[in-house]
Amino acid sequence: MLNVIKIALRNLARFGRRTLLTSTLITLGIVSVLLFVAVAGSFKAMMIGQFTDAVLGHIEVHRKGYVASIDSLPLNLNMQPAMVGRVEQALKKLDAVEAYSSRVKIGAMFSNFTETTSIRINGIDPQAEVATTPMLPGRITEGGKEGPVLKRGEILIPLLLARGMKVKVGDTIVLVATNREGSVNGKTFTVRAILESVSGPSGRDGYIQIDDARELLRMKEAEVSEIAIRLKNPAQLDRVYAQLSQELTGFAGKGGNAGAAGTPGKGGGGGGGPEVHTWADLSPFASIARMIDLLTLFIKIMLVSIVLVSIMNVMVMAVYERIREIGTISAIGTPPRKILSLFLAEGLLLGVGGTALGTAIALALIYALNIWKITFNFGMQQGLVLSPAIRAADVVIVAVMVVIVALLASLQPAWKASRMDPVTALGHV
Amino acid sequence: MSLIRAEQLVKTYRAGEVEVPAVKGVDFTIEVKSFVTFVGPSGSGKSTLLNMIGCLDHPTDGKLTVLDTDVGSMDRRAAANFRGQHLGFVFQDFNLIPVLTVYENIEYPLIMVQDWPAEKRRKQIMRLLEAVDMSEQAQKRPDQISGGQKQRVAIARALATNPQLVLADEPTANLDHDTAYRIIELMKKMRDELGTTFVFSTHDPKIMGEAEVIFTLDDGRIQPSTGKAANNHA
Repeated sequence: MLNVIKIALRNLARFGRRTLLTSTLITLGIVSVLLFVAVAGSFKAMMIGQFTDAVLGHIEVHRKGYVASIDSLPLNLNMQPAMVGRVEQALKKLDAVEAYSSRVKIGAMFSNFTETTSIRINGIDPQAEVATTPMLPGRITEGGKEGPVLKRGEILIPLLLARGMKVKVGDTIVLVATNREGSVNGKTFTVRAILESVSGPSGRDGYIQIDDARELLRMKEAEVSEIAIRLKNPAQLDRVYAQLSQELTGFAGKGGNAGAAGTPGKGGGGGGGPEVHTWADLSPFASIARMIDLLTLFIKIMLVSIVLVSIMNVMVMAVYERIREIGTISAIGTPPRKILSLFLAEGLLLGVGGTALGTAIALALIYALNIWKITFNFGMQQGLVLSPAIRAADVVIVAVMVVIVALLASLQPAWKASRMDPVTALGHV
Repeated sequence: MSLIRAEQLVKTYRAGEVEVPAVKGVDFTIEVKSFVTFVGPSGSGKSTLLNMIGCLDHPTDGKLTVLDTDVGSMDRRAAANFRGQHLGFVFQDFNLIPVLTVYENIEYPLIMVQDWPAEKRRKQIMRLLEAVDMSEQAQKRPDQISGGQKQRVAIARALATNPQLVLADEPTANLDHDTAYRIIELMKKMRDELGTTFVFSTHDPKIMGEAEVIFTLDDGRIQPSTGKAANNHA
C-alpha cells in the first residue's frame, strides 16, 4: 500500500500546477465551510443564549393546553399547587437542572393615571427568576440595579411601554386585571426599573413579585402559569426534556386526565396534566436557527459539489493523459484492483491534502477571530462580540465528508482505468 | 520442448460492419530458450500474434498454448495473472513509468505484480542493472536517459520477475541501427545467461538476421519457407 501511495504522490507532483489548483480549491472550500459553521454557530448560540438566559429559560412546563392559547394568558389553565409540587419534585431529581422559576402570567391594563394601555405581566420570585434567567438584571437600562431586582409593590416595565406612556423610574402606576371568576381588581406599583426589550415571546413583558400577582388576581391557592427551567449544560436539553417528560407522564392535574407529558413542538399529554416544552417550541427564533442549519447544509452541499467536480475532473484528465501508461502496467501483469487503487489513492491524497490544509487554516482563522474580538449589533443589543467556535465533531464530519467524496469522485475514472483493454491502451496516441 | 504452440490460429477484428482478418490460420511452434522473430511489413499480423501470445488479445479461432496453458479462453483477471507470473514485455516506445527512477521501474513488477521481499528484490534489481549496464543510472528518471538506455531498462524490467518468455514488439524501431543492434545483442545475452525465451517482431532486415528462428508473416499468414534463420546460430 505504501508503494501505491508513493507512486500516487509522485503522479500528483508530476502534474504539480493542476494538483496545486485542485488542492487550493478544496482548501478554500473547507476554510469557507468551517468558518461559516463556526461564525453561524456562534451567532446562533449567542442568540439562543439571549432568549434562554434573558426570558425563556431552556425548558418550560405548563399545564396542558396553556401554550396553545398562550396569547390570551388563560388563568383557568394555571397549574394548581399539587401539580406544581409534582413538577418541583421531578425537577429536584434531575441533576442537570441548575435552577427553576415559577411564574404567574397576567394580561392586565396599565395606567399612569392619565392614559391606559395593555400589558403582559410576569409574577416572579426575583431570586429564582434571576437564577433561571441570569441576563434579566442586565436588561435594566434605567433604575435600581442594586439590591434585589424587585421588591413587593414594585414593577419592572419594558422600555417601549415606558416611552409610550411617558413613565419614569419611581413613578406610581396602576395595574388592573380580571381574575378567573371575572372580578376586576387593581393595585398600585412603583416603577423600579425600565427593561430593555428582547425579541421573541415575553420579551416585552413587565415583572412584579409573584405574591403581588396572586394578590392582584385574588388567588385562593398558589397557582402557577409556568415553570421556567435553566440547565447546567444546554447541550443536555434533549436528554433532560425526555427525562422530565417521562417523570411527569401519568400525572393528571385537578379535573384533568392522566397523560403523557409532551413531545417537542406539540406538547402532548392528557387533559389537565403538565406538558414540557423546550425553548425552541416557544420561540420563533427556532425557525431562524433551523434556517441557519439549512444554510449550513447548503454550504456543505456546495463544498461537496466543488470537491466532487474538481477531483473528478482531475482524475478523468489523469486517466486520459496516462492511457498508454495504464496499458503498460496492465500488460506487464498489474492486477486491475491495483490499477484501481493507484488512481483512488491519487484522488484520496488530493482530498486528504486539501482537507488537512483547509482545516488547519480554518482553525487558525477561527482562533484569530476570537483574538480580534469583532463586535456587531443585533436589534437593540450593541457591541456583541463575535466568538466563533466549532465543535470537533463538525470538523471531523466535514473532513470525513470531503475525503469520502474525494474517493467517490475518483472511483469512476479509477474503475475505467482498471477495466481498460491493454491493447487499446497501448495503441493510444 | 515447445514453449508456444499455435494451431490454425485466427484473429479477425471488426471495424463497424466490416470484418478485418489480421491472422489467417497460422501454425507454428517455438521452443524453450529460443531467440525468435516475427518479421513482415506493417499490417502483416506481427503485433497481433505477439498480443495473442502475450494474453493481451484473444484468438478468434484455433488453439494457442503457452507454457502448456491454453491462453485462448482466459478471462481478464486470469490473463493478467498469467502475464505477471510468466511473461515479460518490451515495447517499441520503452513505456517506462515516468515518475519512477530506473531502479524503481525495474522494481515495479516485483512490488505491484509479484510480492518479493525487500532484500531479494534489491539483489535482483542490482543484478539486472549490472547485466544491462545501467548501474550508474539507477537513480535517474526516464527523461534523463537516452533511448537506448531506456530500452535497456525496459529489458531489465521485463526480466525482473524471471519470466520464461519475453515478448518484444518492435523493440528497436525507435533506435538508431547501432543501438538497435546492441539491444538485440543484449537480449540474446540475457537469453544465454538466464535461459529466457525471447520472441520479438521487427521489420528491420539487418536486425532480423540476428534471430535464430525467423517467421515471416505476410497478409496474416506465415510464409512456408520460414522457420530457421539463414545465419542460424542455434
